[in-house]
Amino acid sequence: MSTVQRKKLLTGPILLSAAKDSVVKLNPVTLMKNPVMFVVEVGTVIVLLMVLAPGYFNAEHSVGFNISVFFILLFTVLFANFAEALAEGRGKAQADSLKKTKQDITANKLAGSAIKQVPASELRKGDVVLVSQGEMIPGDGEVIEGLASVDESAITGESAPVIKEAGGDFGSVTGGTRVVSDQIKLRITSDPGESFLDRMISLVEGAKRQKTPNEIALNTLLISLTIIFLIVVVTLRPIADYIGVQLEIPVMIALLVCLIPTTIGGLLSAIGIAGMDRVTQFNVLAMSGKAVEAAGDINTMILDKTGTITFGNRMASEFVTVGGESGTELAAWAAVSSLKDETPEGRSVLELSKKLELSYDGSLAEGGAFVEFKAETRMSGIDLHDGRLVRKGAVDSVKKWVLSQGGAVPADLDSNSDAIARLGGTPLAVAVDNRIYGLIYLKDTVKPGMKERFDELRSMGIKTIMCTGDNPLTAATIAREAGVDDFIAESTPEDKIAVIRREQNEGKLVAMTGDGTNDAPALAQADVGLAMNSGTTAAKEAANMVDLDSDPSKIIEVVAIGKQLLMTRGALTTFSIANDIAKYFAIIPAMFTLAIPEMEALNVMGLGSPSSAIISALIFNAIIIPLLIPLAMRGVSYKPMSSTKLLARNIVIYGLGGVVVPFAGIKLIDMIVRIWI
Amino acid sequence: MGIVQIIAVILILVLLVKPAGTYLYHVFSGEPNRTDRIFGGTERGIYRLIGLKQRGGMSWKKYAVSFIVTNIALVTFSYILLRLQKGLPLNPGGIGNMEETLTFNTVISFITNTNLQHYSGETGVSYFSQMAVMTMLMFTSAASGFSVAVAFVRGITGRSSVGNFFEDFVKAHIRVFIPLALLVTLALVGLHVPQTLKPALEVTTLEGQSQQIAIGPIASLESIKHIGTNGGGFFGANSAHPFENPSPLSNVLEILSMWLLPASLPYMYGKFAKNKRQGWMIFGAMMTLFVVLLGLNYAAESAGNPAVNAMGIDASQGSMEGKEVRFGIAQSALFTTVTTAATTGSVNNMHDTLTPLGSITPLTLMMLNNVFGGKGVGLVNMLMYAILGVFLCGLMVGRTPEFLGRKIEAREMKLIAIAILIHPLIILVPTAAAFLTDLGQGSISNPGFHGMTQVLYEYVSSAANNGSGFEGLADNTSFWNITTGIVMLLGRYVSIIAMLAVAGSLLRKKPVPETIGTFRTDNGLFTGILIGTVLIIGALTFLPVIVLGPIAEYLTLR
Repeated sequence: MSTVQRKKLLTGPILLSAAKDSVVKLNPVTLMKNPVMFVVEVGTVIVLLMVLAPGYFNAEHSVGFNISVFFILLFTVLFANFAEALAEGRGKAQADSLKKTKQDITANKLAGSAIKQVPASELRKGDVVLVSQGEMIPGDGEVIEGLASVDESAITGESAPVIKEAGGDFGSVTGGTRVVSDQIKLRITSDPGESFLDRMISLVEGAKRQKTPNEIALNTLLISLTIIFLIVVVTLRPIADYIGVQLEIPVMIALLVCLIPTTIGGLLSAIGIAGMDRVTQFNVLAMSGKAVEAAGDINTMILDKTGTITFGNRMASEFVTVGGESGTELAAWAAVSSLKDETPEGRSVLELSKKLELSYDGSLAEGGAFVEFKAETRMSGIDLHDGRLVRKGAVDSVKKWVLSQGGAVPADLDSNSDAIARLGGTPLAVAVDNRIYGLIYLKDTVKPGMKERFDELRSMGIKTIMCTGDNPLTAATIAREAGVDDFIAESTPEDKIAVIRREQNEGKLVAMTGDGTNDAPALAQADVGLAMNSGTTAAKEAANMVDLDSDPSKIIEVVAIGKQLLMTRGALTTFSIANDIAKYFAIIPAMFTLAIPEMEALNVMGLGSPSSAIISALIFNAIIIPLLIPLAMRGVSYKPMSSTKLLARNIVIYGLGGVVVPFAGIKLIDMIVRIWI
Repeated sequence: MGIVQIIAVILILVLLVKPAGTYLYHVFSGEPNRTDRIFGGTERGIYRLIGLKQRGGMSWKKYAVSFIVTNIALVTFSYILLRLQKGLPLNPGGIGNMEETLTFNTVISFITNTNLQHYSGETGVSYFSQMAVMTMLMFTSAASGFSVAVAFVRGITGRSSVGNFFEDFVKAHIRVFIPLALLVTLALVGLHVPQTLKPALEVTTLEGQSQQIAIGPIASLESIKHIGTNGGGFFGANSAHPFENPSPLSNVLEILSMWLLPASLPYMYGKFAKNKRQGWMIFGAMMTLFVVLLGLNYAAESAGNPAVNAMGIDASQGSMEGKEVRFGIAQSALFTTVTTAATTGSVNNMHDTLTPLGSITPLTLMMLNNVFGGKGVGLVNMLMYAILGVFLCGLMVGRTPEFLGRKIEAREMKLIAIAILIHPLIILVPTAAAFLTDLGQGSISNPGFHGMTQVLYEYVSSAANNGSGFEGLADNTSFWNITTGIVMLLGRYVSIIAMLAVAGSLLRKKPVPETIGTFRTDNGLFTGILIGTVLIIGALTFLPVIVLGPIAEYLTLR
């Protein structure tokens, strides 16, 4: 899990601005985009007219009732608008802070050898700029000269600066971040308005939010249900007339509004926005809602071994003695050599010795001089104050070092170190002066909890494939340890694309993570490509999601968020449609009882009076929207399990619940409402 | 005793489903099998005759166009024959040409497999017309519907194409309808159903007066009337007439012959889907709804009419008004339920005299039009609800909904939206319109709640292509002929074309492999979801009118 602190779900200002927006959104032109709510608004206006000019509609006797209906309808629309505004609100707040970052950056543009001060907004692709300590990086670019540490907190929320240098996979910088030390020369890679920051703003703002394919399909269904019920209600009047049942227009509108799927119609866009927002809160930037939905559909996940499944840095896992030396002595010298070693490998040696409960004399190192690891020597260690030299390092180098001091190399050193290498480990030899004590077995370690995560994925029906540059033997070892379904050893970027294509040809959707330029084609080919923010611009452009924390294992959570988004939509749709049964039983007897007193027999809920029954059903219909906003925003709870179990659980909660809850809810509201009516 | 009769018939049907479904699969799967040897020769002859050399798969559009053009040709031919029947041969009764709007209504009624009869068979059509128009259309419309259903199944189960319409059309005739009709005709003749070309019998009654007794080629029409789920009777009284349906035995035979093919189609679908459970789940949903509605009718009819009971008349027989004594409540209830479930529309008792609650059964079955359903359309409709159910609930497993490995997306939903919209539209709008004009209201013979049901029933029956009448409605007027004609046309073709388009669209998709995360459509939970979807989306729409009609009648009658 990421260490980024989650922003609070709701804050005062967001609530306030959402309330304001929900009134603004009453504008019929904007509301037309949501046909279900638009129908409610039209109904509201008709009832309002009847309230304002009761004489014209022959509605003098029911002004009080009509006023109540008008207000409930109005609030139904307002609640739906509020849900959407609230979902958009968090994104907007974030976008505003990003926009602030963007303002007023001045760039030092290199024109020939001269430096010209220009506003960042005038920079074009290919321009070269110089950024010094304390300055803002004016636009997205590649470092072409120099090395600097950059504070990317404006974008990632992570305050620790990262190193950016020319060449390699750490050369891309993002506009709006700040150089905290040194100076770098960049080539700008984006035109104004197309930068990462611009895209991020428009994404979180929801300005360019397009409906996803699934939303479009669901909307089609909701619209056709609305039309069906429109037909039902409109045709009911002449039919009822024939029988001598007079139907009042507000009652017909009430029936219509209760039957059309207002609950899901009001919450649908909020669910989509909130789903995207959850991804963003998770510090992953999805380029489209479509990508988040696709994440829910993933069948196959391709994961890099290093950094995703394993820590990447090698950890000491075993001490192997050679030449008959004692194990305790080897462990003690290994620990001493690492006392002042701050590298992850060094620390892991101390941890291993602690784990094995081996003791060593720490005072030996006091006053000693630490010898840093260097590429030439490929050893590190400590020169003790008593003159003894302790070293650990690459087996070859240590061998040479010992021989140069006239020492002997134990016969089983090579065979033992080869055995470690064959298993994918890295052997480090430990020596004091001219004597070799043994080997430290450095092993790439699987991150804790990965096996459980893969088991979960399997239970969701997702296959995992591990990609690694290791030899097949090593790959198999790690694959077994991590519990992935399949692996590709000695893989090249081309292999990844081939695997993705193979899976896609079987109709599967594939997700992968990557950061290097050579990952870009595979990221583009995958249905869900998650690029690391620390990666190259090419990778970020090819992917449809960028992880700002650069944690590749996050792809698993992204899949869960995608699934949760789809489930929330399905659950609320089912709930909304199942509600109709109770609403029918509330309104139908109420509509007809006046003309046909025997209809009272259908009043199974025992509602107070026809008016209170209709008002109660309408109130339930309205307040269920704000009551479900938290669920829409947070998403339904999701634990990985098989589809059959998941479905059975959700059908009980949202399907049966959707049938039962409104019966209880309407009855409850009626008990209060009947006091007035 | 009544319940035993009903259970026995249902059991026989269930036992026949597997062999019949397997046979249908062999006919339409295109895999070589034994039926080729028996029928292959005849079919090749026909293919040569009609110049069908290429029998490769068609695109869904080509299939739909072939289906429609064939239907148009048949309708044109039939229209001309009926308008000219007076001068055509085999008209011993000297029956005149049919009136324009009635002919319009009649040909549409028969090509759409509705067989809503605004004419009276005894006096309105010649023997030649009965055979060349009525009986011919009974075969061709059934075969058309069957072909479309098979094409739809091929599409959603991912065969190489939806198939070839003409090949399916010919096969449906040669391998299914003609042999079956032949068998049933002989059996009916054996049960004393007349089959003759002689004119009406002239007999002298005991009172010494002369009486005309209409006869004719009845058994042959009767067989395809049920096998093809057509329902158009030889006589106005339909299967209540002793010549059409003389005994309880012939009654059971007729019930089974209209029920068997629609009930076997889900099994055939299961075989196409290579997962028979898929078929059984659909069958299970259909049977559940069937049994519930049958139970409602049986219970209501057995309880009798409260108004009659209140008069102190013995109610132990139930409501026998409008029913034949030789069938009794059980065989009448079963017939009513099957004929409206399978959208046949033949009647062995008058639906107008059903008790108010009892009349909910035929109305609901036709409003749903997917509980078995006629000539393939029922299966197509039920599968449409299955796709809808998958779409609504499938999201709850956290994946884009898939049906049989194919994603359900906006295009499919748009087409399905058309199909679910058209049914309430063509029922409720004309019903409301009929009440707005005197043309419609004037035909009602029994004003009040019952009159409302009469009108509703007429359009429901037309829209579902059922064809049974609530009767009591003076419906042979231009208004009724034209409006029901249009409703029948829309009811048949709009959803068929939309669903063929769905099949075509699904066929183009790459199938998604099934995993443990896939929404399963072959277990009991899905049957439950399917029934729920049918009830909430299909049935609730009509609740207000049902309440205003039969339920209001029932409540005021108590």
